[in-house]
This record gives sequence, structure tokens and C-alpha cells, in this order.
Amino acid sequence: MSNSTTSVKRRKSFGQWLKSMRGQQIVCTVTFLILPLLLLFTFTYLPFVKMVQFSFFDMRYIGRRVFVGLENYIDVFTRDDCFQALLLSLYYMAGSVVQMALALLFATILSFKVKGGKFFRGALYFPCLICGISVGFIFKFFFTHGFVLDTLLSWVGFNIDTLPYWLRDESINNIVLVGCSIWKYVGQNIVMFIGAIASVDSTLYEAADIDGANAWHRFKDIILPSIRTIVVLNLIISVSGALSAFEMPYVVTGGGFGTSTYFVIMDKLAHTDQKVGLASAMAVVLLVLIMIVTYIQKGVERWLNKRDERTPKALVSTDPNTAAQAASASPAKAN
Amino acid sequence: MLNQNTTIKVKRLVVNIAKYALLIFSAFVALVPIVSCVITAFKTDEEYANTNVMTLPESWLNFDNFITAWQKADMGHAFLNSFIVLICVLAGSVLISSMLAYVLNRFKFHGNALIRNLFTIATLIPGIATQVTVYQIMTALNLVNSLPGYIILMMGTDVITIYIFLQFFENLPVSLDESAILDGCSYFGVFFKILLPLLKPAIVTSAILKGVGTYNEYYMANLYLQDKTKYQVVSTSLYVFSGPMGSQYNYICAGVIITIIPALIIFLLCQDQIYSGMAAGAVKG
Repeated sequence: MSNSTTSVKRRKSFGQWLKSMRGQQIVCTVTFLILPLLLLFTFTYLPFVKMVQFSFFDMRYIGRRVFVGLENYIDVFTRDDCFQALLLSLYYMAGSVVQMALALLFATILSFKVKGGKFFRGALYFPCLICGISVGFIFKFFFTHGFVLDTLLSWVGFNIDTLPYWLRDESINNIVLVGCSIWKYVGQNIVMFIGAIASVDSTLYEAADIDGANAWHRFKDIILPSIRTIVVLNLIISVSGALSAFEMPYVVTGGGFGTSTYFVIMDKLAHTDQKVGLASAMAVVLLVLIMIVTYIQKGVERWLNKRDERTPKALVSTDPNTAAQAASASPAKAN
Repeated sequence: MLNQNTTIKVKRLVVNIAKYALLIFSAFVALVPIVSCVITAFKTDEEYANTNVMTLPESWLNFDNFITAWQKADMGHAFLNSFIVLICVLAGSVLISSMLAYVLNRFKFHGNALIRNLFTIATLIPGIATQVTVYQIMTALNLVNSLPGYIILMMGTDVITIYIFLQFFENLPVSLDESAILDGCSYFGVFFKILLPLLKPAIVTSAILKGVGTYNEYYMANLYLQDKTKYQVVSTSLYVFSGPMGSQYNYICAGVIITIIPALIIFLLCQDQIYSGMAAGAVKG
């Protein structure tokens, strides 16, 4: 008897508990969290764990798996193509420095009154809204021998016969691809930097004008110190982006003629050659590299924040929407 | 005095000329690959074969290539698939991210910080790196070669969207929730009736960024929607041209222009949201 009454009582109180605010809050928390966490687990963390696991096996997607220990990792460092590909990312790193410099230049110009500023910003930004495969066709067309670029160069006096095959000549094709990448992504950096520059206290410019500062001084002494944090962070982000450079060789040359970056090789190993273990090992090595870069980034971030604390507040306006965010920004997959 | 003034004026003029020359040159570089495609897209086969690529077409009203490209690449079908994917992904990711942001921002519970960290750490892992094993998981779940599978994958965990919403919730006063609860509203009611409508600016920003990204995504579409006749989306529809038609650039360019037009329209309509979304989200993402 007493047993059944307590269970009834408990059930009742559970129902009440459900209706209470605290109970409701827990139900709401669970239902709202379950889907995002499930997706996060299935498509980010589970693949990550499996990747580490697979990297110790000789395996295809389907069929027998043989444990091979560290053999895949040894392969990554001894195979010519993998190592070569890491060297290729040096091109992309140099490219990201150029990209940052260009973005700074254009962001500075476009932050002040310019006739047609909206058009120029739009023109520079628009390429990043074009899908990869279309970009691939556009540049295959653009660089084909005797086509667009060669025609333009012949107009300014070059002889078409002396021009190289832009996408096949191994001495320049990687530089050309880096150029394509800058073409596509510089607009994003410009827009971000314009946002950061907009947060600079505009009375500083007026004060500088009265002091007779020219545009260069304005850039060097006001703008650059104010947005330094976001610039450095973007630079470091794009270094890890350069390690995982993928898009341009994938869509423009298909990785041919010595343009296979690390990711292109990994993709081919996994999905064409079905060397899943080796590809997983490559991915793990890359992740370790990216984590090292990120670790350095965190260090730089802390160092910059400390320096900012020492600089007078008036110089570094911290608009919550831009500069401050950059300081707390998480590492991103640039490009 | 007068002399000094004129030198300053001359200097300004030179700087200005250099500035505009640079801007015009860079805009030219940015647009010429696209413009050259437009030129070629209007050429007949004969014109394409016999004239230089930069020669203007005889008629700007020759839409034959566009029709051919549309049919060859079955773009009607591709646009329909892309539209379905876009609607589902946007609805799904907006709902998922805003619900997550609501719980993380409004409720204090054990694990709150842990969940935030889990999402932040996830950004460290580049998406393409894990595709090797995601592919295996998708195969096991029977989601390869299915639109729902691709949609789920694209909804995935989008940290940019989550950040945009988290930031927005921080600026919505908690007193809104409290007064609604005093009026007898449940937490679900607070979210769906009170807060979600107020999130509109954040929804627009994240939907534009996510929408453009989804529309243009091609790597995973190529990998997971292998049946290109049934499940092709706009970004993969052009693969038709990479085969034997690989040198018929007047068709290819027409196809390329067709894929660019929707992006251009969205860009022209929503420039400001895109820019502010970039400034706020991209730094974080």
C-alpha cells in the first residue's frame, strides 16, 4: 500500500516538476541542444577520432584493414609528392602576405571619400561570390594560350609566341594559381579591414590634418596601430589557410603540371586511389601543423593585448563590433 | 606662401590621380576574367572559331549559347535541386544555431562553457581534412547520393552562424524573457514567439552568408551527390562541360554566366548586409 502511494506521489511530483520553470528549463535545454550536438559529434568529432584511428591502418573504404603502426606516417614524410606539396604551400604563404598588403592598401583608400567607392569595393569583392567550378572554367579560359590574358598582353606590346603556357609551365603556374586565389579572396579581407578602420576614432584624422599629416602618416600612425590586431590575426589565419590551400589547383589545373597542393594529393589518395589510411595520416599531420600555427597565434594575441593595454586608450578605439572581436577571435578556416 | 599652397595642391592632385589609376586598374583586373566570359558567351560557333576571344560578338542578343548550356547541363533541374537544398539548409541552420545560441546565452548550467569550447575547437579542424572519414560515416549512414544527406551535411556545425546569433542574444535584454514568463509564457514560447522575431537582422545576415556559401559549395556536392543526372546542383552542373566539350568555351562561358547571375542579383540587393556580416562574422568564423 505505502509503496503504491509513494509512486503515485512521485509521478505526480514529476509531472509538476515538468511544469515548473526549472523543469521546463531543463527540457528546453535538452531539446534545443540535442540536434546541434549530434551534428557536431557526427560530422566533426567522430570523423576526427576515426581519422586518427584509420591513420594506423592500411585500408580501403570497404574491405580488410591491416594494422601497420606508424608506416603511413613514415610514408607521408618520405613520399616525394607529400613533401613537395608542403613546399608548394610556401607559394601560398607568400601569396597571403601579398593579399594582406593589397587588402590594407585598398581598405585604406576605400575607407575615405572616393568617387565610385561603392563600385570599386563591389568589383573587388564580387569574385568571392562565384562558385569554385565556375572560377575554374573562367581561369582555364582566361589563361589558355592565345586567349584572354595573351590577347591583353599583346595589346600592350608583348609577342604572343614568347608568352609561356600560364597553367602548364611549371616555373610559373603555381604563382599564377596563387594570383587566382588572391583574385578571389582579397575582397573579403578588404571588407573586413574597412570594417576595422571604420572603428577608428575619426577625430584623430582631423587632429592629424591640423598637424599637417599626409595620407601616409595617417595610415602609418593612426590606422595601422589601431587595426594591427586584426591584421596580424588575419595574417596568421591565412598562414594556416595556405597550408590547406586547395581550391585553385583543384578547379583550375586539377592538380596537374606540378600544382598539387597537400590537400589535392590527400583528396586523390582518399577518393581515387582509396588509400584511406595514408590519407588519414596526411590529414593528422596537417592538423598538427595547423595547431602549432594556432598556438603561435594565441601567443601573439596575448602579447598584442598586453601591448594594447600599455598604449593610451585614446589611440586604440575599441568598437565592440570590430577590433575587440578580433582580439577574442577564434582561429578560422581562411579560404 | 602661395607657392607652398600650389605645391600642396599639385601633390594632392598627383596622389589623387595615382589613387584612381590604381582603383581603375584593380577593378579591371577583378572584372576582366568575368567580362571576357560574357563576351564569349554571346558568340556563335563560327564567330568563336574565327575571331579573337576579346573581339566583341556581332550580336548581343544571341542567347543560343545560353539555351544550349541550360539544356546540356540540365540546369532547370540543377536550379530546382539547389533551391531545395538552399531552403532546407537555411531553415535548418538558422533554427539549429539560434536554438543553440538561446540556450547557451540564457541558461546557466553545468557544461555550458564546455559546449562553447567544443564548438570553438571544432573550427580548428579544417572541413576538408576530415572528409576522408566523413565520407566513410556518410556511406555507413546510407547518406551518399541523397539530397537529404547532403542537406544534413551542409547544415552541419556552422560556427559563424552560431557566433552571429550568440552575439545578437547578448544585446537582447533578459527582461524581455522575464516579462513574458510572468505573463505565463513557457521557455519555448519565449524563444519562438518573443525572441525569434527579434532576431530578424541576425537571421538575414547569417542566411545571406550561409546561402551564398551553400549555393557555391562544389567540393562536397561533387563528392556526395555523385549521380550527376539526378542530384546535380547548380555548382556541379557545369561538370558536364569538363568532358569532351571542354574546349567549346562559348557554351561553357554561357553556363558560367548563368551560375553567376543569381549570386550577382543577391549581391546587388544585399550588399550592405553582406559587408556587415563579413565584418562581424568572418573575423570570428
